[in-house]
Amino acid sequence: MKTLYEKLLDAHTVRRIDDDTVLLYVDFHVMNEYTSPQAFAGLHEAGRSVRDPGRHLAIVDHVSPTRAIASLDEVEDAGGRLQIETLAENCARHEIELIDLFDPRQGIEHVVVPDLGLAWPGTTILCGDSHTTTYGAFGALAYGIGTSEIEHILATQTVEHSVLKPMRITLTGAPGAGVTAKDMVMAVIARIGANGAAGHAVEWDGPAVAALGMEGRMTLCNMIVEAGARVAVIAPDGMALAHLGGRPHAPTGDAWDALAAHATTLRTDEGAVFAREVEIDVAAIAPLVTWGTSPDQAAPIFATVPDPRGDADRRALDYMDLVPGMPLHTIQIDRAFIGSCTNARIEDLRAAAQILRGRRVADGVTAICVPGSKAVRAQAEAEGLDAIFREAGFEWRGSGCSMCLAMNDDVAATGERLASSTNRNFEGRQGRGARTHLMSPAMVAAAAVTGHLTDVRKL
Amino acid sequence: MTPFTVHTGIAASMPAPNVDTDVIMPKQFLKRIDRAGLAEGAFHDLRQDPGFVLNREPWSDASILICGENFGCGSSREYAVWGLMQWGIRVIVAPSIAGIFFGNCEKNGLLAITLPPDDVAALATLAADPATVEFEVDLPAQAIRHARGETSFDIPQARKTLLMEGKDHVARTLEHENDIAAYEAARLQPAPRLSSRIA
Repeated sequence: MKTLYEKLLDAHTVRRIDDDTVLLYVDFHVMNEYTSPQAFAGLHEAGRSVRDPGRHLAIVDHVSPTRAIASLDEVEDAGGRLQIETLAENCARHEIELIDLFDPRQGIEHVVVPDLGLAWPGTTILCGDSHTTTYGAFGALAYGIGTSEIEHILATQTVEHSVLKPMRITLTGAPGAGVTAKDMVMAVIARIGANGAAGHAVEWDGPAVAALGMEGRMTLCNMIVEAGARVAVIAPDGMALAHLGGRPHAPTGDAWDALAAHATTLRTDEGAVFAREVEIDVAAIAPLVTWGTSPDQAAPIFATVPDPRGDADRRALDYMDLVPGMPLHTIQIDRAFIGSCTNARIEDLRAAAQILRGRRVADGVTAICVPGSKAVRAQAEAEGLDAIFREAGFEWRGSGCSMCLAMNDDVAATGERLASSTNRNFEGRQGRGARTHLMSPAMVAAAAVTGHLTDVRKL
Repeated sequence: MTPFTVHTGIAASMPAPNVDTDVIMPKQFLKRIDRAGLAEGAFHDLRQDPGFVLNREPWSDASILICGENFGCGSSREYAVWGLMQWGIRVIVAPSIAGIFFGNCEKNGLLAITLPPDDVAALATLAADPATVEFEVDLPAQAIRHARGETSFDIPQARKTLLMEGKDHVARTLEHENDIAAYEAARLQPAPRLSSRIA
């Protein structure tokens, strides 16, 4: 009796290193410009080569400008430009496929990879970015790694994997209006804590997960890392296969039949034991917002800023400039940001546009939308969503990680307060001294038009 | 990688939970293609406060950090570990350490130790008193020696050996290249491949 994680682990174990560690085969590896340069440098210093260039893909996303540029010279930040140039040199030298700034496929890596049909059920997919767990929505064993591990994969096509404990999070019930996958994962994180899934491989299960579309499932797998999960996975069903089929890198013919047959085996055996089980009825969830500087410091929008339970809460309230007892819906914002690998897919933009249609961004609020990829942007434009965003007063930008971590020039100023569809409300994350409130894209849209945190269900 | 055997140094207590890698190494220090020049970035924003522990004597020379739950959570950026090492940190002790950060420590020879909360709290109390800040961390003996005696810790054997030998982890894996080749020859699961550029 095995869990899905354990099956994926067994199928990719090259050798056991010790009781706690295996050498894991990496089917596919995704790189970006900011965590890979030192990995290539290490490879070159040691005189090693890339073992299998066809199993890697590089994408420029973290430092990408989101304003239109015609050439790399227009990337004003010299450090970011050097990282982009270095990635191109390394890919050319080792014959690795590169999606650069000007490639029509460009976007945030975790949006691009599934959209290109590269997230196959039953595979291992690693990337030097913590939100790599996104691909678990397709039944892949996927997780984020550091730069030394990137170097290790380039040289050996393997990684040393610390064996995790399986954990199941079951979502039951049906969500009320205005409650999205983002609210579900935020509710789980608030319940179990920022450390609540540490050392665990999470399997999402239950009727409320099955009822979500692939975009929502990706949001669940993406953001559960904010509870410390190393791996997140969902058993691939017909919807996962249907989403994959026909995409540029999806298998075809006999290869498709083999993958589809394999996918049916990718589920937890009846009676398999999880080290930890959590169950949440999503019917009881309201749209959430964070009030602190850790993703678990979150509450339903109708609640008030809580009394601090310790020094960490007191420090968070001080940084956020909030007073206990203040209704969350009275918190005024300066900026609204819709973007990130958590929430910048087409379904997210549709949900936000539905709120923005016929409304205007409140005076004094700067609002930007950064679609997850050029393809998502084009799709949104084909549906006329860009016009809705623009008419509401949102800036309609190019794709990239942008203000989720503010490595490009989209940076919030000190003291500014943001409603953000991203994944981390850490101190300084979106700009030094900037104050982030995490929420769903529709909730960001609602805050943008009212100028304060708002229960989207009331609009 | 620098081998780790026994390290003697000053311990500083940083009890806050969930200290994330954005706080350890802010974004403006991530625009590099090498691993150098990162000491300046370590805890950059926290260090603007003169009262921050690493700004005060004797902890400004600390090489051992006694931390809170979930230290190093968030982004995978290995820059955080490089910066801590360049600042002079050799050991981190916490009740729990975030997964990716923990792996990054190991790959760079920064000894990351998890201990039960009560043990960490006792070490934090010692580290907060200038009279008892000096610790000796003995990896072969799996012990932290201090003014009140000794605190022992667990570490998996493979990890311990790697740290003590300071061996390149890629070289260690390449000793088993035959196993990798055998796996590749035998594998049945379908997986994507980019054999050539997409037109």
